[in-house]
Amino acid sequence: METRGLRRVFKSRGRQVEAVAGVDLDVRRGEIFGFLGPNGAGKTTTLRMLSTLLAPSGGTARVAGCDLATQPGKIRERIGYVGQAGGADREITGRTELVFQGRLYGMPTAAAQKRAAELIVMLELDGAADRKVGTYSGGQKRRLDIGLGLVHDPELLFLDEPTTGLDPQSRARVWEEVRKMHDRGTTVFLTTHYLDEADALCDRVAIIDYGKIVAEGTPEELKRAIAGDVVTFTVAGEQQRALDLVKDQDFVREARLENGSVHLYVDRGEVAMPAILRLLDGASLQLMTVELHRPSLDDVFLRQTGRSLRETAA
Amino acid sequence: MKLIRDTWLVFGRYFGLFIHNPVWVALGVLQPVLYLVLFAPLLKPIAAMRGFPPGGAYNVFVPGLLVQLGMFGAAGVGFSLIAELRMGVIERLRVTPVSRVALLFGRALRDMFSIVLQSLILILIALPFGLSIHPLGIVVVLALIGLIGLLTASIGYAVALAVKSEDSYAPIVFTSALPILLLSGVLLPMSIAPQWLQNIAAINPLLYAVDAARHVFNDNLGDPSVLKGVVILVVLSVVAVVIGARQFGRAVA
Repeated sequence: METRGLRRVFKSRGRQVEAVAGVDLDVRRGEIFGFLGPNGAGKTTTLRMLSTLLAPSGGTARVAGCDLATQPGKIRERIGYVGQAGGADREITGRTELVFQGRLYGMPTAAAQKRAAELIVMLELDGAADRKVGTYSGGQKRRLDIGLGLVHDPELLFLDEPTTGLDPQSRARVWEEVRKMHDRGTTVFLTTHYLDEADALCDRVAIIDYGKIVAEGTPEELKRAIAGDVVTFTVAGEQQRALDLVKDQDFVREARLENGSVHLYVDRGEVAMPAILRLLDGASLQLMTVELHRPSLDDVFLRQTGRSLRETAA
Repeated sequence: MKLIRDTWLVFGRYFGLFIHNPVWVALGVLQPVLYLVLFAPLLKPIAAMRGFPPGGAYNVFVPGLLVQLGMFGAAGVGFSLIAELRMGVIERLRVTPVSRVALLFGRALRDMFSIVLQSLILILIALPFGLSIHPLGIVVVLALIGLIGLLTASIGYAVALAVKSEDSYAPIVFTSALPILLLSGVLLPMSIAPQWLQNIAAINPLLYAVDAARHVFNDNLGDPSVLKGVVILVVLSVVAVVIGARQFGRAVA
């Protein structure tokens, strides 16, 4: 899949709002691609354009090898899409939904029933399949939603925030399913606002903010772009005083106050730590907590957008 | 052919949901039956008035009730669609290669079926009250009312897809349905209305449907107004289905 200059403009009270402002993406066959960004950054709008639900205002895209503007029908046959709301009717049983979905993709009834039975076993929905969807737990519902997207064994599967609102156990279960799809050769394009999810699951990620891609690469590459280490500490009392104290030191490349703690990007953490301790001690600031870690995608996001992802997603 | 297969498939889904809730059929019939029992007797003395169409009170009133059933029975269809928009069902269907026309037409056909069933029940209930109708007339009337159901349901779905919320849908649909209904001569024949009211009513397509239905009940199947009513409804239904299907093609949930 590749996009060039993909745009989408919404009109709102006479004003034009550019939700997606020229997005270039290259997703390779068979990879898990993570599309990261805070709420309202343009993730879902991009996804809806790529899955033929929404017409782009500009730009071009090829999805599963087909042109988005001229071959939407072909694309629909080759992709699966699992939206945030899921898409199963609460009043219908999971099995009925799976069979119907298969029929929508042109399968004869017998084949659709066979495929539904396979998916029910694969997604461990045996106990729930013949109950109404309204009775499902959050995790069961999500697995059914994913099953609906997989009925026709698509080359490319879109998942819109597949783990939002799930408990940690169900979340791990969804990750497992995504990895299994990957092992079967399916390309997965997922959006998330959880950085740990992108870090743990994705081969490559792109970060979108205000409708534009601000960073793209493997999680490792992105983290490496912020060379060095991250030191996070808090002191008793004024954090700002501590920040002012350390920010102009030679070993500090960048410093900022974030969520009530001081974040320092340093070249070598093991050298910086003792120096920081001495400085704070000299100024009679009592250190409460201190942490040294390799940069996470959270740090990448913070550097690229000036905002913490956790804070904006809350 | 793909369109027919897809339509059948979509019809099957919604028909399945429908037969699991037969209570809606009974509730849909209840209202016109109340009109029949509690209102129609008032018409008997009025039926002797000058300008009242021939055929007796029930033969004038029941066709009107049926048209009302066809319209109000299908006016609420948008509510279920909005619930499905919220559950992501519509979005999920739209990502599949299923025909957009089938998405609308399949479910509107289900509504049409429900309306025809309710109409048949109402006619059977009205017979002992003094309604008289030829068996062939019943078939023609049911087709006519079914078309009204198809037309109203298609418009209802198009509006639901456009407004996406029950709070906007209810006032839009029910506020616009009322004048259409009043100006169609459903409750009392428009032939006893003052001229200015008749002039306004003349642009109301439903007036011609009611007119056609009354002629059928009076065994005037060959009357030109019957054909006129059917043609008007067929044309409007086709337009409504096309508009509704286009809405399905580009709906943003």
